[in-house]
Amino acid sequence: MCFDCEFCAVPLTPEDVQKLCTLARLEIGPEEIGDLSAKLSDIVRLAGELQAQDTAGVAPMAHPLDRPQRLRPDTVTETDTRELFQQNAPLVEQGLYLVPKVIE
Amino acid sequence: MDWEIVIGLEIHTQLATRSKIFSGAATAYGAAPNTQACLVDLGYPGVLPVLNEQVVVMAVKFGLATHCQIAKRSVFARKNYFYPDLPKGYQISQYELPIVHSGYIQIPTSDGALKTIGITRAHLEEDAGKSLHENFHDYSGIDLNRAGTPLLEIVTEPDLRSAAEAGAYMRKIHELVRYLGISDGNMQEGSFRCDANVSVRPVGETKLGTRTELKNLNSFRFVEKAIEVEAERQIELLLDGGSVVQETRLYDPDKNETRPMRSKEEANDYRYFPDPDLLPVVIEPSLIESIRAKLPELPDAKRARFTEQYALSDYDADVLTSSAGLADYFESAAAAARTAPAKLIANWVQGKVIAALNEDGLEISQSKVAPAALGALLDKIADGTLSGKLANDVFDALRTGEGTVDEIIQQRGLKQITDSSAIEQLVAGVIDDHPEQAQQFRDGNEKVIGFLVGQVMKASQGKANPKQVNEVLRRLLLE
Amino acid sequence: MHKDTLTELSASLGARRISARELAEYYLERIERFDPALNAFVTVTPEQALKEADAADRRIADGTATPLTGIPLAHKDIFCTAGIKTSCSSRMLDNFISPYDATVVARLKDAGAVLLGKTNMDEFAMGSSNETSYYGPVRNPWDHERVPGGSSGGSAAAVTASLCSAATGTDTGGSIRQPAALTGLTGIKPTYGRVSRYGMIAFASSLDQAGTLTRSAADAALLLQVMAGFDANDSTSLPDPVPNYPDELQTPWEKLRIGVPENFFDDGLDADNAAAVRASLEVFEKLGATIKNVRLDHIHLSVPAYYVVAPAEASSNLSRYDGVRYGYRAEGSDDLLELYMRSRGEGFGAEVKRRILTGTYVLSTGYYDAYYLQAQKVRQLIAEDFARAFTEVDLLAGPTTPTPAFPIGQKVGDPIQMYLNDIYTIGANLAGLPAMSVPCGFVDGLPVGLQLIGPHLAESRLLKAAHYFQLETDWHRRLPAAYA
Repeated sequence: MCFDCEFCAVPLTPEDVQKLCTLARLEIGPEEIGDLSAKLSDIVRLAGELQAQDTAGVAPMAHPLDRPQRLRPDTVTETDTRELFQQNAPLVEQGLYLVPKVIE
Repeated sequence: MDWEIVIGLEIHTQLATRSKIFSGAATAYGAAPNTQACLVDLGYPGVLPVLNEQVVVMAVKFGLATHCQIAKRSVFARKNYFYPDLPKGYQISQYELPIVHSGYIQIPTSDGALKTIGITRAHLEEDAGKSLHENFHDYSGIDLNRAGTPLLEIVTEPDLRSAAEAGAYMRKIHELVRYLGISDGNMQEGSFRCDANVSVRPVGETKLGTRTELKNLNSFRFVEKAIEVEAERQIELLLDGGSVVQETRLYDPDKNETRPMRSKEEANDYRYFPDPDLLPVVIEPSLIESIRAKLPELPDAKRARFTEQYALSDYDADVLTSSAGLADYFESAAAAARTAPAKLIANWVQGKVIAALNEDGLEISQSKVAPAALGALLDKIADGTLSGKLANDVFDALRTGEGTVDEIIQQRGLKQITDSSAIEQLVAGVIDDHPEQAQQFRDGNEKVIGFLVGQVMKASQGKANPKQVNEVLRRLLLE
Repeated sequence: MHKDTLTELSASLGARRISARELAEYYLERIERFDPALNAFVTVTPEQALKEADAADRRIADGTATPLTGIPLAHKDIFCTAGIKTSCSSRMLDNFISPYDATVVARLKDAGAVLLGKTNMDEFAMGSSNETSYYGPVRNPWDHERVPGGSSGGSAAAVTASLCSAATGTDTGGSIRQPAALTGLTGIKPTYGRVSRYGMIAFASSLDQAGTLTRSAADAALLLQVMAGFDANDSTSLPDPVPNYPDELQTPWEKLRIGVPENFFDDGLDADNAAAVRASLEVFEKLGATIKNVRLDHIHLSVPAYYVVAPAEASSNLSRYDGVRYGYRAEGSDDLLELYMRSRGEGFGAEVKRRILTGTYVLSTGYYDAYYLQAQKVRQLIAEDFARAFTEVDLLAGPTTPTPAFPIGQKVGDPIQMYLNDIYTIGANLAGLPAMSVPCGFVDGLPVGLQLIGPHLAESRLLKAAHYFQLETDWHRRLPAAYA
């Protein structure tokens, strides 16, 4: 591995990982955070190997298919299947999905 | 010190498609909660988005109407954040490569001049669902019917300098999207919403001040009021030596004040990246040309043509082109009329026709008096068959569906008497019945002629042509 | 009977030597007997299987059968199946009953195949050993102390132990080919977009592709024939016509130019594994193929590139699991943020969390260009290397994995060691190329695989090469003693 650029060398501190957990909405127990930070640092270092490659003038490849988006006609094909779908829902009332109060 | 207000607007307009932007669910407003939210809209495991061709056509229409560049290749990206009305945990939007960009429109300013407002970009994205906070005590209820409704987000340059300009711009865009038929522009239903970026700076300062973003302004009045109070708030803050915090704020119409939006306080990192479920949208020049060919005449062009082609005043042209429907009504009436002058038709459309619509609570397209009928009616005024008063009666008869203009004139025997021998008989009769008034006139009393004309009109039940009656009276009295 | 390939069972059903019901009952009985030890299935669906088997027998009777009618199959639990639990081997979806069928599931159903159940996998397909499953590890039928590979480990174990005739899988970085190699099966990952992704729960959308785990290339051809083809529900589904794969197998052999990527044989590759692969190249030479060395100059960057692109897409794809509309919801959260944090914190396992956090990191402000964008550029370079190679050769051949199956627990604690299992397979996913693994020998009694990679839409060429290889060899007919 290369450690000569900032991206490979920098490990993630538990604080960094805690921030990521909040951004990704993942609760991590305090006992896990140390080991998790170490493992994520290893993964980020592995990813850091990319830095050694010169990619000047290379077009990023977002997708394996080099084709245009196909368009569908503007027609309504769906019917009301709320009852079926809401059988999977943890908490519904009057056809609405319930979540703890959202404050705006 | 004088202050300058700098405003940029982001208008979200729902596109008038039948189905959603990435699914085949209906977009109709007002359905029971979650009955128009299909697997794709609900973000079920394994489902995939497929783009609605109409949203592309509509975006291109808007781009062409606002002198924008149409991107040959545009890309959908994911905007990642968690919110209960955002089922997938990301919104499919356009980020680096919007479908149209770099255009402008012109708005009228207070001094009557035109001001050019730059349009940075307009991009396609999906709308979110709705959170209902009432009557669920500690819970919010989520309705995802609106999730996936196509939106065109129209972003201006920071070119607006007053609440009034912002209002004028918003009205202009509102008129435009309705003319283009790409949105119903219904603000009560949230089809046309606006966010305003507001900052202030001392006049002469070239650097922009720190801006705040006012969210979800859903009426022209609120946009203007919200910008006014927010600008005042910022100026006072700065005058007190404070500084403006870049934040998202909500306008409270009842208190007429703005306050920070709590749910958006937490700093977001949206982690945009190209949506791997969707390929780049490629728009061929041939498509652009076919859309351009079908583009309707736009408000400014129509206004100019009306003053030119129909010799109407700017005021008349403004009123008649305020909606495509009204303009069409006027033009079909004008086309149907053989002799009635455009000015006469314009007056009737703006007067009697609009009054009748308001009375019946109807849209112009539903007018009980067809434009062709109005044209025919006004021809009768032009050729002297009907007086203005009689025409009014016929118009009301047309409204109640008594028949065609000719039928009504026949049935009611409303035809004006223009046959001079018939009028001479009436006049002679009146002179015989009122010898002393006749004598007073001969002795030079001009005023009395009015009385005599009135008598003749009465005798003819108002059907005699007043001008003719006047002439004949004078002739016979002085013989 | 369970030693038969799908092709042979299809013939027996067609000739009425056996009924679909007998076949279904026979395999259901084997599942009951052997699966408790293997843990290959998450869900078994006997009632539905027997119904489908009876329907299949009626079709065979009235002459409307297809070659797959009555064939007992298993689907990886990543494919949505209407009315059946679809868990992705995650606590997050442990209670999820799909209201719809994936396109792959619907097409196989229409062809008359009989679904026996849903197979175990690495949670959300994130793993190379099947140890990240919420339902526990799957055992390798060749050695119960070893992993079957992953993420399609349940499908691989089920077919190897003859608990079903064939199984579907998905391959994002090697998840079909690697388990196929470690269990002695034939596994194919078609060209990206050849098989619809609709109803296949997304891991990394620009890399995911559905395929099959079977006993032979001929079996794979029969299944792919039905699975492949355009689907209006998938914007990335290829409209190109589907060739008749089974017929293509029967066409005479043309001289193939086979390229061998030198850098696949560096010190990371187990020596015996390398020897088995080299030996299989001689079989192709005997068949009249010309072997030539090629270089893939950037392939050594495929693992780092993959572990940026895949987690980035996954972090976004898995944001929909929030405990609001379906799936796991943590009890007693009275605050929205807490509901999200706990539902996702408790619903996802350790590896899934690591991938989500890695993806969140590489997409976040300040790191996007250095990681995500750079990975996309490297991806371009890797794809160009393959394109260049295919101007000189018709196929690429090399190892599928660095080593045979490793012991359960050996690598699970070390993500990097685990990730390096995919070093030879990831390239084809990054470039969207079709690739397969074919059994090519044994190392210490454990099967190893030969990987074949073709240019876009060269499935026929791949299957045919594998088929001719399997006419010359019998590695693919070997069964673990305990299941023979």
